[in-house]
Amino acid sequence: MKVYSGKSINGSVAVGKIFIYSKNSAAVKEKADDSALELSRYENASAAACEQLDELYQKALADAGVEAAGIFEFHRMMLEDDDYIDSVKEFISDNGYTAEMAVKSTGKKFAAMFAEMDDEYMRARSTDAKDVSDMLVSVLSGKSSRLNINEPVILAAEELTPGGAIQLDKSKLLGFVTDIGSDNSHTAILARSLDLPAVYDVKLPESCNGKMAILDGCKGELIIDPDSETLEKAKAILQKNEERRLQLHALKDLPAVTGDGRRIKLYANIAGPEDVADVLANGGEGVGLFRTEFLYMNNDDYPTEEEQFAAYKAVAEGMKGKEVIIRTLDIGADKQLDYMKMDNEVNPALGCRAIRICLTRPEIFRTQLRAILRASAYGNVSVMFPMIASLWEVREAKAMLEKCRQELLGEGIDIGCPRVGVMIETPAAVIISDMLAEEVDFFSIGTNDLTQYTLAADRQNPNLEKFVDTHNPAVLRMIRMTEENAHARGVSVAICGELGADMTLTEEFLAMGIDGLSVAPPKLLPLKEKVRSL
Amino acid sequence: MVEFTYVIKDEVGIHARPATLMVKLIKSLSSTVSVGKGGKSCNGTKLMQIMALGIKQGDEAHFTCEGENEAADAAALKDFLEKNL
Repeated sequence: MKVYSGKSINGSVAVGKIFIYSKNSAAVKEKADDSALELSRYENASAAACEQLDELYQKALADAGVEAAGIFEFHRMMLEDDDYIDSVKEFISDNGYTAEMAVKSTGKKFAAMFAEMDDEYMRARSTDAKDVSDMLVSVLSGKSSRLNINEPVILAAEELTPGGAIQLDKSKLLGFVTDIGSDNSHTAILARSLDLPAVYDVKLPESCNGKMAILDGCKGELIIDPDSETLEKAKAILQKNEERRLQLHALKDLPAVTGDGRRIKLYANIAGPEDVADVLANGGEGVGLFRTEFLYMNNDDYPTEEEQFAAYKAVAEGMKGKEVIIRTLDIGADKQLDYMKMDNEVNPALGCRAIRICLTRPEIFRTQLRAILRASAYGNVSVMFPMIASLWEVREAKAMLEKCRQELLGEGIDIGCPRVGVMIETPAAVIISDMLAEEVDFFSIGTNDLTQYTLAADRQNPNLEKFVDTHNPAVLRMIRMTEENAHARGVSVAICGELGADMTLTEEFLAMGIDGLSVAPPKLLPLKEKVRSL
Repeated sequence: MVEFTYVIKDEVGIHARPATLMVKLIKSLSSTVSVGKGGKSCNGTKLMQIMALGIKQGDEAHFTCEGENEAADAAALKDFLEKNL
C-alpha cells in the first residue's frame, strides 16, 4: 500500500484501477544525430505497434465482432504499407529526423492525402492515418496513449487539456489524478461537472498503471494497492454516498424555493445534446449555459450550419419547452483550435477570443447565428454573447442577429424569437452594466473569467491559486453592482460560473437578489436542497 | 498476363476493410498484381495507393495479374471481389 498526497479539486471517493494517460502532444524532438539508430528504433517500434494492434484486433473480435475489429487490421496494414514505411525511412535518412518526427510527418502526409479526396468516407480515413501514427509515436516515446479502456478507471495524467478531456468516454471514468492542475483547470471543471473525485499535484510512476487504487477527493489522497481494511472502509463510504444520492434524488420534482417563498431558477450548464438527459434527471429547470465551443472542438473543421442546427434543435426539443440559453462561440485564450489558424498571441486571455473572433470573422458568427435562429423554432431558445466589454460589441452582435433573421425569413425558413442576453465576465461589462441592460433581456455572470480579469490573476496558473480568490470582496461587489444595474432596468441576472455552485455563497447571492443559478447537472440537487433550507 | 475489370457493387466502394483484405490476399499470391481506375493504377500490395485511387460504387476497377500462376491468381482475386465488393 502506498499513499500519495495531493490537492483536492473535487470531493467524494472512487475505488478502481489506475489508468495512466499520456498525451501525444508532448514536444517531439525534430532532428537526430544518428539516423541508423533512428531507423532501428522505428523498426522495433513498428513491430511492437503491430503486435499491439493484433492484440486489439483479437480483443475487439471477441467483444464486438469482425466488422468492429476490422479497423485494427486496417491500422496494422497501414503501418506495414510500403509507402508508409518508405516515407518514414526517407524522413529519417534524408531529412535527419528523429523516428518520432518522421512518423508524425508521415502520418500528416497520409492524413492530408485522404483529406483531399472527394469522397466523404475516404476523407474520414484521414483520422485513421493520424491515429495510427500517433499510436506509433507513443510506442516510440514509451507511453501508452490510447484510451482503450474497457472497465471504469481512475484516470491519471500529467495534465488534461480541454481537447484531451472531451475525447474521454465519460461512462468509463471514476476519477482524475493529475500532476499539473489547479482549482480552476479544465480537469477541475470536468471533474466537477461529472461530479467525480479529482486530485492534483500527484506524480505517479508508470508502474502504477493498472493497479487497484482508492482516490479520496475530499482528503486529496490517492492510495495505491490498498490493504483489505482500507478497501472495506472506502467501500463503506461509497455505500454512504449512494444513500445520499437517493436522498437528493427525492428533491428532483420539488421547486427551488426559499423558506420565505422566493422562487430561484436552477439551470444547468451543458456542452451538447448528450447532457440533456442528465439535466432532466437532476431536475434542471432549463439550460443556463450551452457551451457551443465543444461542437467546434470535436471537429476537424468548422461545424456546418446543419451540424450546429441539429445539435441546438436536439437540445431545444430535449428540454421540452424549458429555456435553453445558447452561448455563442467562446473560443480563444485557453481553448485553441488548429483549423482556426489563429495567430500566436503573447497574452491569449486578453487576446482575440469569443465575441472578438465572431465580430472579426463574421462568416463564422453568421453560420452559428443562423443555426441558433433555426433551432429557436423548436423550443424555448435564448442566445447569449460572451466576453462583452463594450456597448458597440453588443449592438453589432445584435445587428448581425437581426440580419440573419431577415435572411432566414426571406428564405421562408421557420424561426422563433430568441431572447438576447450577454455574459458579464469582464470588469468593463460590470461597470457599464447599466448601459448594457438597455440592450438586452438578461445577464449571466461568468464568475471564472470575471474573477481572473477583476483580480488580474491567471486562473490557469497553479502558482497563483491563492490570488485567484473568488470570494474576494472585489468579485462579490462586481456581482452586486451587476445585479443592481440589471434589476433597476428590469433585466434578469443569473450566475453561470463555477461560483454559482459554491454553497457557501448561495445565501449571499440570494440576498443580493440574484434570480437564478446555472451549474453542472450533478450540482443541481445539492443546490436545490440548499436553497430550500434558506 | 491476365487482365480483367470488375464493377464495384459495395456502396462505400473499396473502403478500409475490403481494401485491407484485398491487399492481404494479393500479398499471398505469387503473381504481380496491379489495381487501377481510369488512367491510374498501382501495385496491388500498396494499401495507401489503392485507397488513394478512390474507387467507388459503380466504378470500373481494372486488374492485371502477371506471373507463373496468373490464371489461378486472377480467379482467386475475382472470387474475392465477387464476395466482398
